[in-house]
Amino acid sequence: MTAPTTTTETTPEPGPEPGSTPETARRRPLDAGRDDETRLDRSTSRAVRARSLALLRELLRPHARTLAWAAVLVTASTAAQVAGPWLVSLAIDRALPALPDDVVPLAVIGGAYLLAAVVAGLTIGAYRRVAARVAQDVLLELRRRVFRQTQRLSLEFHESYTSGRIISRQTSDLEALRELLDGGLVGVISSLLVMLFTAVALTLQDPVSGAVLAVGLVPAWLLVRWFQRHSQLAYREQRTWSARLIVKFVETMTGIRAVAAFNRQATTERDYDGIGESYRDANLRIFGINGRFHPGLLLIGNLTVTAALAVGGWRALTGSLAVGVLVAVLLYVKRFFQPIQQIGMFYNGFQSAAAALEKVSGLLAEEPTVVEPERPAAFTRARGELRLEHVRFGYGDGPVVLPGLDLTIPAGQTVALVGTTGAGKSTIAKLVTRFYDPSGGRVLLDGHDLRDVASPDLRRHVVMVTQEAYLFSGSVAENIALGRPDATPGEIEAAARAVGAHEFVTALPDGYDTDVNKRGGRVSAGQRQLLSFARAFLADPTVLVLDEASSSLDLPSERLVQRGLATLLADRTAIIIAHRLSTVEIADRVLVLEHGEVIEDGTPAELIAGGGRFAGLHAAWRESLV
Amino acid sequence: MHPTYPAGSSLSTFASFRRLGPYVRPAIPRLAGGLLSALGASLAALAIPHVLQYVVDGPLTEGLAARDWAGLAWSVALVLAFGLAEAGLVALRRTLVMFPGTRVEHTMRMAMFRHLQDLPAAFHDRWPGGQLLSRIMGDLGLLRRWLIFGLLQVVLNVCTIAVGVAVLVVTAGWLGLVYLAGAIPVVVIVFRFSRRYRVISRLSQDQSGDLANTVEESVHGIRVLKAFGRGHDALSSFTGQADRLRRTELRKASVDAGLMTSLTLIPEVTLGACLILGVWLAGTGQMTVGDLVLFFATAAVVSGPVADLGMSLSMTLNARTAVDRYFEVMETVPALADPERPVTLPAEITGEVRLRNVTFTYPDAVLPDDDDARPRGAILHGVDLDLPPGTTTALVGLTGSGKSSLAMLVPRIYDVTGGQVLLDGVDVRDLTRADVRRHVAVAFEDPTLFSASVAENVLLGVPDDVPAAERDRRLHEALEVAQAGFVHDLPDGTGTRIGEEGLSLSGGQRQRLALARAIAARPAVLVLDDPLSALDVTTEEAVTARLAEVLATTTTLVIAHRPSTVALADRVAVLEDGRITAVGPHAELLATSAHYRHVISSLEEDYETHEHPGSRQAAGDQEVSA
Repeated sequence: MTAPTTTTETTPEPGPEPGSTPETARRRPLDAGRDDETRLDRSTSRAVRARSLALLRELLRPHARTLAWAAVLVTASTAAQVAGPWLVSLAIDRALPALPDDVVPLAVIGGAYLLAAVVAGLTIGAYRRVAARVAQDVLLELRRRVFRQTQRLSLEFHESYTSGRIISRQTSDLEALRELLDGGLVGVISSLLVMLFTAVALTLQDPVSGAVLAVGLVPAWLLVRWFQRHSQLAYREQRTWSARLIVKFVETMTGIRAVAAFNRQATTERDYDGIGESYRDANLRIFGINGRFHPGLLLIGNLTVTAALAVGGWRALTGSLAVGVLVAVLLYVKRFFQPIQQIGMFYNGFQSAAAALEKVSGLLAEEPTVVEPERPAAFTRARGELRLEHVRFGYGDGPVVLPGLDLTIPAGQTVALVGTTGAGKSTIAKLVTRFYDPSGGRVLLDGHDLRDVASPDLRRHVVMVTQEAYLFSGSVAENIALGRPDATPGEIEAAARAVGAHEFVTALPDGYDTDVNKRGGRVSAGQRQLLSFARAFLADPTVLVLDEASSSLDLPSERLVQRGLATLLADRTAIIIAHRLSTVEIADRVLVLEHGEVIEDGTPAELIAGGGRFAGLHAAWRESLV
Repeated sequence: MHPTYPAGSSLSTFASFRRLGPYVRPAIPRLAGGLLSALGASLAALAIPHVLQYVVDGPLTEGLAARDWAGLAWSVALVLAFGLAEAGLVALRRTLVMFPGTRVEHTMRMAMFRHLQDLPAAFHDRWPGGQLLSRIMGDLGLLRRWLIFGLLQVVLNVCTIAVGVAVLVVTAGWLGLVYLAGAIPVVVIVFRFSRRYRVISRLSQDQSGDLANTVEESVHGIRVLKAFGRGHDALSSFTGQADRLRRTELRKASVDAGLMTSLTLIPEVTLGACLILGVWLAGTGQMTVGDLVLFFATAAVVSGPVADLGMSLSMTLNARTAVDRYFEVMETVPALADPERPVTLPAEITGEVRLRNVTFTYPDAVLPDDDDARPRGAILHGVDLDLPPGTTTALVGLTGSGKSSLAMLVPRIYDVTGGQVLLDGVDVRDLTRADVRRHVAVAFEDPTLFSASVAENVLLGVPDDVPAAERDRRLHEALEVAQAGFVHDLPDGTGTRIGEEGLSLSGGQRQRLALARAIAARPAVLVLDDPLSALDVTTEEAVTARLAEVLATTTTLVIAHRPSTVALADRVAVLEDGRITAVGPHAELLATSAHYRHVISSLEEDYETHEHPGSRQAAGDQEVSA
C-alpha cells in the first residue's frame, strides 16, 4: 500500500497515556457506531447531512466545466424543442399569407424548423453522453475511495464493521448516487431556467398575476420543506434496512453449509423475511411521502392557474386587463408549473443520494487506528531486529492482554511462542506486524518505532501467515503471486515446491492456471494453508510471523513445510506460534507466555532440561506421538 | 437433474416477462387501476388548456360586452375541477401501484432466498456471492422501479403514440402519411437498439455483480491483503474492474444517447417536412388552416411520449435483463432435491452408517477419462466403509485425499455420484435432507459463527420445540465438553453477541464453539472435520477426555491429522487416493499399514520419498513407539 493521500492527522498519534485504549485516542465520525440508526439528534443529523453534501460537492468539483457544458447542451436542446411550436405559429401567421407568390418565408421558417429538429436531437444525445461521463467518472472515483479506505482502515475497524455493510456502501448506496447523476442533476438546470424566465416575463407583463404566482409559491415552498424533513428520515431508514438486508444475505450465504447442516433454513428465512418486510415498509414510506409530494405540487400548480384565471378573468370583465394579456398570462402560469414534476423527481433523487452519501461519507470519515507516519523513517534494508519496550495492550475496552512486555528478538533468530489461549501470543504477532498499535510502550524494528515506518516498507520486511488461509478468485498462480506480484512463473513454482504444494497443484485440471473457484479447483483447508505458505516464501520477508499457519496440514506436509522453513528461516527473524510442538523444534528460542508475560525463555533444549512448563508440555506432546 | 441453460437469453422480451406471471398476477387489478388513473390524469391535464381556450374565446371575448360572469365562474370551476381531478388521480395512481410494486419485489426476493437455501453446496461453490447479491438486491430493485414507473409509462406512451398517429393519419390525409413514413425508421431503430442495448445491459449487470464480489473478497481477505501489504495491488485491480464497468456503462449511455437523438430528431424532422408541405397545401388552398393547426396540436401531443419512449424502453430492457438474471438462478433445479415419497426415519435411530461402493465427483469437475481405472476428477471411488452404531472412526489421509468430501456425503451436503450412503439401512437420498440432518450433526473445518449470541450459535442445531430448561442444560454441557468456558468471561456471558457483527474470537475459540454446536444437537451421528486443529495441547487434552465420554453413545466420523485426534477413535479408516485402503485399530494399522504410518507418525525420518507416491511404502519402517 502506498502512503494514502488522505492522511489527515497533522501530527503522529501521541503516545497514549497508560490505560487509554486506542478507541479513545482515535477520531471518529459523529455518527460512528450509530450507522444503523436513523433518528439522529438535530445537530448530528445536520452535521451528517453537511458531510454528505460536502462529499458530493467535492466529487463534482473537478467536473464543473463538463457539467456547465452539459447544462449548455440540455438548455440548447430544450430551447430547440420549445422553438418548434413557435415556428409553427410563425409559419401560419407569416409564411401562409405570403403564399403562393412568395415561398421565401416558408423556406426560411421550414429550414429553421428542420435546423431546430437536428439541433434538438444532436444536443440531447450529446447531453446524455456528457452526463453519463460525469456520472461514471464520479462513481469510479467514489468506488476507488471507498475501496482504498476499507483497505486503509485498521483491523480493529473491520472487526466491528461487517463485510456486508461495506458491500452495501459499495453497491446499493452508490446506486442511489448513480440514479441522481444519471437522472437529471443537470436537466434540472434547464427546468429552473424555464421557470425563472417564465416568472420574469409574467411579472414584466402583468405584475398582479406575478403576485398571484408568488402567493402560489408559498405553499409550494412549505410542501418542499415538509418533503425535505420527512424524506430525509425515510431515506435514511431505507439505506439502513437495505444495508441490513445485505448484511444478513451475505452472512447466510457465507455460512450456507452450516445453515443447511443444522436445518436452520426456516429460521434464517424468518429473519430475512422480517428485515425484508422492514425494507419494504421503508420503501412504502418513501412512496407514501412521494405520493403526497408530487400530486401536492401538481395541485398547487393547478390551483394557481385557477386563481390566475379567476383574478385575470375578473379584471378582464371589469376592463382593467386586456384579453390578449390574459391569454399570455395564463400560458405563462401554466408553463411555469410544467417542469415542476421534473424538479420534484430530481429533489427526490437528491434526497435518496444524500442519505446514501451520509453512509458512504461516514465510512470515509473513519480514521484508521493504525496511522501512517507523517515523516516515515528512512528505511532501505531491514536486518530484522525486533524489540518490544514496555508494551501494553488490550482490545478495545476489553481486559488488558499484555500488561507491559519487554522483549528483544535479535536479527535472524527464530522464536517460538508457547502458551494457552489468551496468553497473548497472537497479540504479539499482531503488534509486530502492526495490525494494531500498542496502547502503551513501543514496538521497534531495527530501532525504528513501527509507527514511524511507512507501511510499504513495513510490509516488504514483515509478513504474517495466519491459520485462515484465504484464497481470492483467480488462478492458483495468482494467489501465490500475492506474496510478490512481479514474480515470474518459475519463481512461483519454486515457492510452491519449497513448501511441498507443487505436487497437488500440478494434479489440478489446469495446474497453476486452475481457477480456485471453478471447475475442479476445489482445494482443501490444508492445501489452502500450503498455498499461503508459498505466498510467504515468495514474499521473502526479513521477518516472518507464523500464527498457527500449519494447523490443518497433515504431518507429512507439515514436515515438508518445516524443511522448507528451515532453509528460509536460516538468516531471518521469525516468530512462530503453533500448538503443535513439532514446529517448535526448529526454533532457536522458546518463550512461554502466561497472561501476557514471559514466564520461561530459553533454547528448547534448555527449557526441556529445566523442567518447567515447557518441559511438561513437551513431555505430554512426545507422549502423544506415535 | 435438468441441464442448466442461460435462462431467458433466447426468449423474446415478452416471453421473458411472462415468467413473472405467478408473482405479478395478484397485483394485476391494482396495476390496471393504476393505469386507468394515469390515463384519467392525462385526460384531465389535456382538458385544462381546452377550458382556458374556451374561456378566452367565449366569455372573455364574445361575452365581454355582456359581462358574462356566469361563463367565467363556470370556467373557473371547470379548471378547478380538472386541476383537482388531475392531482387526485395522480395520487391515486401512486397509491395503487406502490403496494403491489413493493409486494412483488419482496415475494420474489423471498422466493430467491428460499431457493438459494435449497440449492446444494455445489451451487454455492460455483456461484460467487457478489453475483447472487447483485441479483437479489440490484436486479429486484430495478424490477420494482420498473413495475411502479416503467411499465405504466411504456403502456401509456405506446397507447398515446398509437392513438395519436391513427388520428393523424385519419384526419390529416397526406400529412398523416408523411408522419407515418417518419415512423418507419423509428421502428427499425428501436428494434436495432433493443438488440444492442440488451447485450450491453446484461454485460453491465454481470460486471456489477463481479465488482460486488471483488469487494466482498477484499473485505473477507483483508487480513491476507494487510499481512502482505497488497492493499495497493488490490486497489489497482479493483480500479481496473470498476473501470471496465464504467466503460460498459458509457457504451450503454452512448447507445441510449443514439436512440434519444433518433427519437427526437426523426419525428421533429418529419414534422418540419410536414410543416413545409402543410403550409404549402394550405397556401394553395388544398387544406384549411384549421386542419393544419389541429394536425400540429395532435402531433405535439404525440411527440412528448415519443421522446420519452427512449427512457422507458431502456428501463424496460434493463428490467428484462434483471428478470433473466433472476430466473437464471431460480431455474437451477436443486441437484439434491428431496425425494418425492421420502422414507421417514424413526425419532430414535441406532446411527449406523454404511458407505457402499461410493463414488464421488464434484459436479463441475473435469469429465471422466474412460481409459483410467480412476475416473479423472473423481474424488472418491469404490469406497466401502461401515460405521457401526456408537463407534468412533477416525478418517485419516493426506491433505486433499478426499476426507472432507467423504464426510460431507453423510449429512447430504453433497450427494454420491455412485453407490450409496445408508443411514440405519436407508439410502440417505431416500430421506428428506431435513430428516438426515436432524440425525447427523457436523463440525466443519472452517468454523462458521453467525451474528448472534453465543447461546444461539451453540444451540443452532437444537430444534425449537425443545423446552428452555433442556436447552440451557445442553448449552452448558456442550460448552463444558468443548472446553469453551471462556464464554463466561465475555461481557455478557453466553448472551454475548459474536460473529461478524459482534465480538471477534480467536480461531481456537471459534473451533470450540463449532464443536459445542455439533455436540449440543445431540445427533445419532456426528461428523467432525479436524475439530481440534486450532487448539493448544492442554485444551486439546481436556477436550479429548470429555469428548470421548460423549462420543461413547454416538456414531462418530472424525477427520484426523494428528495422533492426538485419532486418540478419540475406536478405529481408524485410511483414505488413500480416493479409496479406503485399511480399517482397524490404531495400533494394528501402525503395524500393518505403511501409508498410515507415513501419514500419522511424527517420528518418521524418511520422508524423502514423498514426491514419489509409488514408493511411499518405503517410508516409515523406523516406527518407534513412544
